[in-house]
Amino acid sequence: MSVPDTSTPDTSVPDQQKGRRNLLSDGQGFLAGILLSPTLAVILVIVGIPILLSVREAFFRIDEVQSQTTGKITRYENFAGLENFTNIFTNPQVVNGNYGQLGRFLNAFINTSLFTLICVVLETVLGVAMALIMAKAFRGRAFVRAGILVPWAIPTIVSALMWKLIFDEAGVMNKIIGQHVLWTADSPALFWAVVMADVWKTAPFIGLLTLAGLQTIPAEVYEAGKVDGASAWQTFIHITLPMVKPTLVVAVLFRTLDTMRMFDLPVGLGGFGKYSAETLSMFSYLEADASRYGPAAAYSIVLFLYIVLVAFLFVKFLGADVIGDDELKAVREQRRRQRERKRAGGSSEPPVRSSITSGEMA
Amino acid sequence: MTTTTAPDHTTVQGGTTAAELARLNRPERTPKQILGTIGIVLGMAVIVVYCILPFYWMIVSSLRLPSMGRSTDFLPIPASFENYVGVFAASNNFGRALLNSVIVSTTTTLLTLLIGILASYALARLRFRFKGIVLAVIIATSMFPGITLLIPLLKMFTGRYTWFPFYWMNTYQALILPSLSFALPLCVWNLTSFFRQLPVELEQAAMVDGCTPGQAFRKVILPLAAPGVFTTAIITFIAVWNEFMIALRFGQDTAMNTATVSISKFTGVSGFDTPYGTIMAAGVIVTVPLLIGVLIFQRRIVAGLTAGGVK
Repeated sequence: MSVPDTSTPDTSVPDQQKGRRNLLSDGQGFLAGILLSPTLAVILVIVGIPILLSVREAFFRIDEVQSQTTGKITRYENFAGLENFTNIFTNPQVVNGNYGQLGRFLNAFINTSLFTLICVVLETVLGVAMALIMAKAFRGRAFVRAGILVPWAIPTIVSALMWKLIFDEAGVMNKIIGQHVLWTADSPALFWAVVMADVWKTAPFIGLLTLAGLQTIPAEVYEAGKVDGASAWQTFIHITLPMVKPTLVVAVLFRTLDTMRMFDLPVGLGGFGKYSAETLSMFSYLEADASRYGPAAAYSIVLFLYIVLVAFLFVKFLGADVIGDDELKAVREQRRRQRERKRAGGSSEPPVRSSITSGEMA
Repeated sequence: MTTTTAPDHTTVQGGTTAAELARLNRPERTPKQILGTIGIVLGMAVIVVYCILPFYWMIVSSLRLPSMGRSTDFLPIPASFENYVGVFAASNNFGRALLNSVIVSTTTTLLTLLIGILASYALARLRFRFKGIVLAVIIATSMFPGITLLIPLLKMFTGRYTWFPFYWMNTYQALILPSLSFALPLCVWNLTSFFRQLPVELEQAAMVDGCTPGQAFRKVILPLAAPGVFTTAIITFIAVWNEFMIALRFGQDTAMNTATVSISKFTGVSGFDTPYGTIMAAGVIVTVPLLIGVLIFQRRIVAGLTAGGVK
């Protein structure tokens, strides 16, 4: 897709612009609106409204009032302000997880953070290693790729139950390591069992995405490195890693966000109510299940904001280009140049319309 | 790399001269290179074993006698299909669960494709204001924690809101509509990258020949994008098929369990002992059709996954 040379202001040369007009790419805002409206409507109804409702729930509590004459319990919804949030600290439900006596929310929060950190680091290292091996191979790459897709295609809950059998008290894992670890009991072992199961399921996936990134690196770059006498490690650090970074960062971002909302795996492997592997999603789910919508919504909002923060940090500091639209990139680049030009020269150029807003709809 | 030349020569030409040529062309390998090749072959083997071994364990465990669920033998001796019969015992209701899964996954996939194709064509081809915002909204939707949606929907479907006077628990719409929240962004994202890969000249040519943009889309682009649409359908189907949390909460009745939920609820005939054999057999039944599909279309699926960059 080509970005038209918009440095020529089309207002002054309408004829020329007309001559260059591309039926496909100009003035189709109306058509785009029609084509996009079903999707946007569904997203609004299925995602947008529930978010607003969720925010609303987070600020309400349910009070039960028992009638003194009939004994009947009536439930009232009352505005609670920030109570559902402050209760996390002031009125915690103390549980005994991996980190000693701690509020249940904080315990789940730490679990979620540690799961994410440990799993994503292990998956990235393993995944990149797998990709490097596969990139070097000449034969059997299709075979390995088929193997790698196996963990991806198995439903998470099925793989969780599979690992539950492997990590059973009398299971094969204990047989291999020759120990008697109670993996599925409420103990740190459960935490590590979940980590291992998650890494197994998703490291190959990161490997697959990284391999795709590796294959776009031109051979000339490596040859240039070789000519300059780079060692294998230097090649990896100074050529491979920077070149594969855009792909890798996006893959890692998606994995990170996915791990932060982890639910199926600890539920299948350990079950509900085991604090050593309870994630925020699980805790929030249980609260909602018990009709305590206020706290449940508050916890899920915290998780949501946490995810937004992490995504923001990824985009800001690691430059994750999640959108990947060349046209938008070009427009942004053009605007940046425009600003620079304005700052440097100060010459009052006519306002240049960006390629997005060009055409009939502007 | 020295070995890059070898496959070309052996495959391109035929006859004995080609073989000789290949041998002559192949540079002498240093011990270090041979070591490297061995290392790579070993590495590949380790990757495959790492990925396959737990799955192998699942298959082996499903083929044992039901009474030997926790056996740690590496081969099922004696092998038995009793677990597979046991899966479909009336008490498990697994047949119904499979049917539910098929209904939910198929409907969701078709719905997302239907509206997702339109949106992704617009995102890939048309030029319009707010495109960046639309793309950002769609990607943000896919990053969303499902639990944030589940809570208000739970309250809604149980009829706690006066403005929503329906009881939707244990209905297909309660399983399908929330699934759109993750299936639709996945679908739009994949399809957009497929449409972007098709050369824009195709539509231009069609329009020069007198097609309207709509006709150009229907008659030229859609047939060409068929592989992409198909791949997206598979990826979306798998994502919905594997979904657990929504199905667990909104389909709690045994009759409305999906396959994933049903498996997680299997109880043994004999009290509280986990019936691992039956669970593993059910897991194999749920997974194998997906695996066959994935392996047949692996090249396309990998292309789709890497293009989408989304889970």
